[in-house]
Amino acid sequence: MHPFQYQRAESGDQAVAVVAKNPDAAFIAGGTSQVDLLKEGVHQPSLLVDVAGLPLRQITDFEGGVRIGANATNTEAAYYPAIQARYPAVSEALLAGASVQIRNMATMAGNPLQRTRCPYFRDLDQPCNKRTPGSGCAAIGGYNHVHALFGASAACVATHPSDLAVALSALDARVQTTGPRGSRTIAFPDLHRLPGTTPHLDTVLEHGELITSIDLPAFAGRSHYLKVRERASYAYALASCAVALEMDGAKIKRARIALGGVAHKPWRATPAEALLAGQQPTEKLFQAAAAAAFADAKPLEHNAYKIPMGRNLLVRALLETSGLQPLQGPAGTAFAASVGGMAGQVATPN
Amino acid sequence: MLTEATGQPLDRVDGRLKVMGGARYTAEWDLPGLAYGALATSAIAHGKVRTLDIKAAQQAPGVLAVLTYLNAPRLQPMPEKVGGTLFRGEGGITETLQPLQDATIAYAGQPLAVVVADTHEHARYAASLVRITYDEAKPELDRATASRQTLPEAFTGSKEEPLQVTVGDPRSALAAASVKLERVYESAITHHNPIEQLATIARWEKRNGADYLTVYDTTRGVDTLQEVISASLNLPKDNVHIICPFIGGAFGSKGWLYAPALLTAMAARVVGRPVKIELRRQDMFSTAGQRGATRQTLSLGATRDGKLTSLQHDTQAQTSMVSGYTEPCARVSRMMYAVPNLGFAHHLSHLNLPSPCPMRGPGETVGGWALECAIDELATELNIDPVELRLRNYADKNPETGKPFSSKHLRECYARGQELIGWAARNPKPRSMREGNSLIGYGVATTMYPAARREASARATIFADGHALVQSATHELGNGAYTIFRQISADALTLPVNNVRFELGDSALPKAPTTGGSATTATVGPAATAASEAVLSALKQLAARDAKSPLFGASEEAIEARDGRLVRKANAAQGETYAAILKRAKLPSISAEGTAKPGDEREQFSFYSFGAVFAKVRVDEASGSIRVAQLCAVYDVGRLMNPQTARSQFIGGMSMGLGATLMEATHYDARNGRAVVRNLADYHVPSMADTPDILVEALNIPDPHISALGARGIGEIGCVGTPAAITNAVFHATGQRLRSLPLTPDKLLKALAS
Ligand SMILES: Cc1cc2nc3c(=O)[nH]c(=O)nc-3n(C[C@H](O)[C@H](O)[C@H](O)COP(=O)(O)OP(=O)(O)OC[C@H]3O[C@@H](n4cnc5c(N)ncnc54)[C@H](O)[C@@H]3O)c2cc1C
Ligand code: SF4
Repeated sequence: MHPFQYQRAESGDQAVAVVAKNPDAAFIAGGTSQVDLLKEGVHQPSLLVDVAGLPLRQITDFEGGVRIGANATNTEAAYYPAIQARYPAVSEALLAGASVQIRNMATMAGNPLQRTRCPYFRDLDQPCNKRTPGSGCAAIGGYNHVHALFGASAACVATHPSDLAVALSALDARVQTTGPRGSRTIAFPDLHRLPGTTPHLDTVLEHGELITSIDLPAFAGRSHYLKVRERASYAYALASCAVALEMDGAKIKRARIALGGVAHKPWRATPAEALLAGQQPTEKLFQAAAAAAFADAKPLEHNAYKIPMGRNLLVRALLETSGLQPLQGPAGTAFAASVGGMAGQVATPN
Repeated sequence: MLTEATGQPLDRVDGRLKVMGGARYTAEWDLPGLAYGALATSAIAHGKVRTLDIKAAQQAPGVLAVLTYLNAPRLQPMPEKVGGTLFRGEGGITETLQPLQDATIAYAGQPLAVVVADTHEHARYAASLVRITYDEAKPELDRATASRQTLPEAFTGSKEEPLQVTVGDPRSALAAASVKLERVYESAITHHNPIEQLATIARWEKRNGADYLTVYDTTRGVDTLQEVISASLNLPKDNVHIICPFIGGAFGSKGWLYAPALLTAMAARVVGRPVKIELRRQDMFSTAGQRGATRQTLSLGATRDGKLTSLQHDTQAQTSMVSGYTEPCARVSRMMYAVPNLGFAHHLSHLNLPSPCPMRGPGETVGGWALECAIDELATELNIDPVELRLRNYADKNPETGKPFSSKHLRECYARGQELIGWAARNPKPRSMREGNSLIGYGVATTMYPAARREASARATIFADGHALVQSATHELGNGAYTIFRQISADALTLPVNNVRFELGDSALPKAPTTGGSATTATVGPAATAASEAVLSALKQLAARDAKSPLFGASEEAIEARDGRLVRKANAAQGETYAAILKRAKLPSISAEGTAKPGDEREQFSFYSFGAVFAKVRVDEASGSIRVAQLCAVYDVGRLMNPQTARSQFIGGMSMGLGATLMEATHYDARNGRAVVRNLADYHVPSMADTPDILVEALNIPDPHISALGARGIGEIGCVGTPAAITNAVFHATGQRLRSLPLTPDKLLKALAS
């Protein structure tokens, strides 16, 4: 770990001012991602500004939706009654992620800003354009089991690891920020970038721009999150999928789909969304939508398995969200989200 | 009479200490003046150090010294053998590279510098400032094309563990067999990943004018480490003292790789202060040992009615450039089935990867997996129930040596296991059972473990207050050693278990071997008994010589110990307590040592534990996810010393077997040999959600030959067998044979697509 100064933020504006004027400064909230990267030497800030104490922890009803303060913990948001009841995809994504201990520390702003789990990113003795721009990408031609199918570039093929971000993208959440150039609102699907030639930039946030809340807009449909992982709990997604469906009688009025574990950002499956709009839900339709969603997938040497996995997962998510198949556990819990379920317990319908 | 403590489900005697944080682990010893070391390691896997720039590190705050191969103390070569175990050469157990002696690099992550500073943080930061350049050579990373390939003669040099064997004529028998099956099985590199990382603290002093070194280390071989360090540093053995009262898990690591301990001793010597080095989790993937990957070919010949006529098990193992360690994969194949023509071979490729070492069930876990999967494939081929096929080939004597088994009740294990899992109620047809989204499958495998026993000594002391202390240089790895040796000693001393303490983990205590090979109970248990008997004998003599004792004049044979008293056998009313004898003699205590070792029963019998493991799995085909819904096992391991600690060993082993089957794998970059998986977020060990309720039963039938205690070891048998039971259940569920561990979703999806 490199030596750094640490200070507690006095106010949002003060934190922004301090970080904005020091290119080597960074925010820290729950610290579950930041401290890991400090210890690995991947992040080497000279100054850490701790924003966890700022009064940004409240979750409130807001414009028919819910406003989630940046510092609300993952646990608090996951069990907030209005979220669990009206946006189960958010609770499911949160509760299927990390561990209880981590969720109790992790904040709602920190979670979507966690960095990739590309293993090369964390090994200072390997080239990585995201960590050290211009050094090369070890994952291309290396071990790329967890890497991207969509939107990758010759500079970086990493995926974004957050479960929460996938649910927020499908629900078109809005990110409120205050930065060196004032406040703004960012549509969640626009928060993260594709790697292009600047993979060291994960998001559109400016240096020193502070997230103050994440807003879930009013939503009257159903939502659901599904996750596949290599162990039953406490593992990142190999592939995941969030679905938000609004119905018009027996027909789908609007479907929004975000795929996780397949791109540098939650990947909105727009071709599939278009295909579903106005249609009667059937398994056949969902299969067509899944085929459309993955039609442009570009696998690397070790990740082609994500194509059938992702397609099957999307079909199942659509079946379960539309009610054609039962959920595998109570809505808004990890049991609904965890494909394969827990060992020993036979999956029981809702 | 006191009831015997042995065999009772006594709670772990160190359990409270552990949960309260009172058990002191190596990294927690706080020595005055302690300095901290951190490693700078090799970025490349093969080549030489060209330049080492340590200036910035030396100038960093708090730095006391930077050791590199240019300035580090010189070490003697690693000994050829220690305690009869082969260290050097093909089949040898340890890494022979002595750290910081020259510029050569054998694997990525190899320590190239140690930075010592006044705090842990200063040391780590300064280590990051060491700049190394290399003359890089292309690393050898492929078993098949490796330029150094050998056929090691024997595992650890033991005459009982030949690695190239032919009995009868397996080749001709296979050619002549009416049913033939040849299959290739592959297993990934796995890591022990105990929760306690490797750590050492070393302190030098002058005692009587001579150098004296105290080492606190996470070792499960205090005596072996003492020998390695004294030989490497050219010190008299008595001037090296190793201490390790608690180990936070080892699973095969912490026994046979010595670089961290040697580096700490060297660093402490240089700075003239005690030094601690604690490895980071990342370093555990290069410096702490691993189970090497294997490629195994099983060739079975059988008659139509399922009698095996030929069994050949060939293994392609891999090791580093600086070790001869060979995963002994045929350990199960060589003894399990009654087959007249039997052969096995081990081919070893040397690679630029970190050194392997034993990992729970070395050879048996992955070798037994391959064998028991092949047997299952044969059962399918012949359309015979997999349990029935195993019974048709049941071995009453060891097929390689012809010796009878000391005690074998495997038939009972199969029978009881089938009841526990509900074997008869399943539909034996593959892909025939479903629940919701999942396919359901059942699988079985046989398991075994060699019942080793070695020589060990112990000392027993009885105090004038009636309490007793028994000591031996064995280890507590979480295996329950403190508990069961207290129980065994209490019985031998006829004292209540709470009046007896057991001490271990210190090279100053009477000798015991490295804890491994599931041999500790069978080895140290008899030594504790022997020491207890020796001290009672001394006490008897003391009483018989004392005119005031009711035992005055009695011969030793006429006296027996009973409930903490010595009494005349002929008349138990004539006797007195141990305390009374000592008090009258004005002795605070009386001590004696005892040694126990196996005898020629080892020549007459073949010693093994057995078991049958059954698994039920749920397979979600759409995602490739496999979950183990149920695991049952019935073991024949001799007499249980403590059913509660035994159960923990069994279910712990089975969980580890489950991990090796479904998720554990360490990947190294195929281009540069760097570990790509290097933390516990990416290296998956089973979580509670992966682990079903595990049903375990033990037959608890004493082995009449192994020792008077009748107990064989139980540390590893749970890990063996479980992988094949699960893999075979996945076949039953899906109709797919997966022959590559671990069975991650990508592999199942690939199999389903083809
Ligand atoms: C072992 C492990 C397993 C995990 N498994 C999963 C998983 O399965 N799924 C999953 O989704 N996640 C997983 N996580 C990641 C975890 O969810 C994140 O680490 C956590 O959500 C980050 O939140 P934090 O508050 O701790 O952020 P911090 O670590 O404090 O910060 C993370 C980043 O966000 C920035 N930041 C924090 N707050 C603000 C703000 N208000 N405005 C602007 N920038 C800010 C920081 O500067 C930093 O760059 C896992 C983590 C670990 C360690
Ligand atoms: S994929 Fe991206 S994060 Fe991974 S090594 Fe390449 S540049 Fe770095």
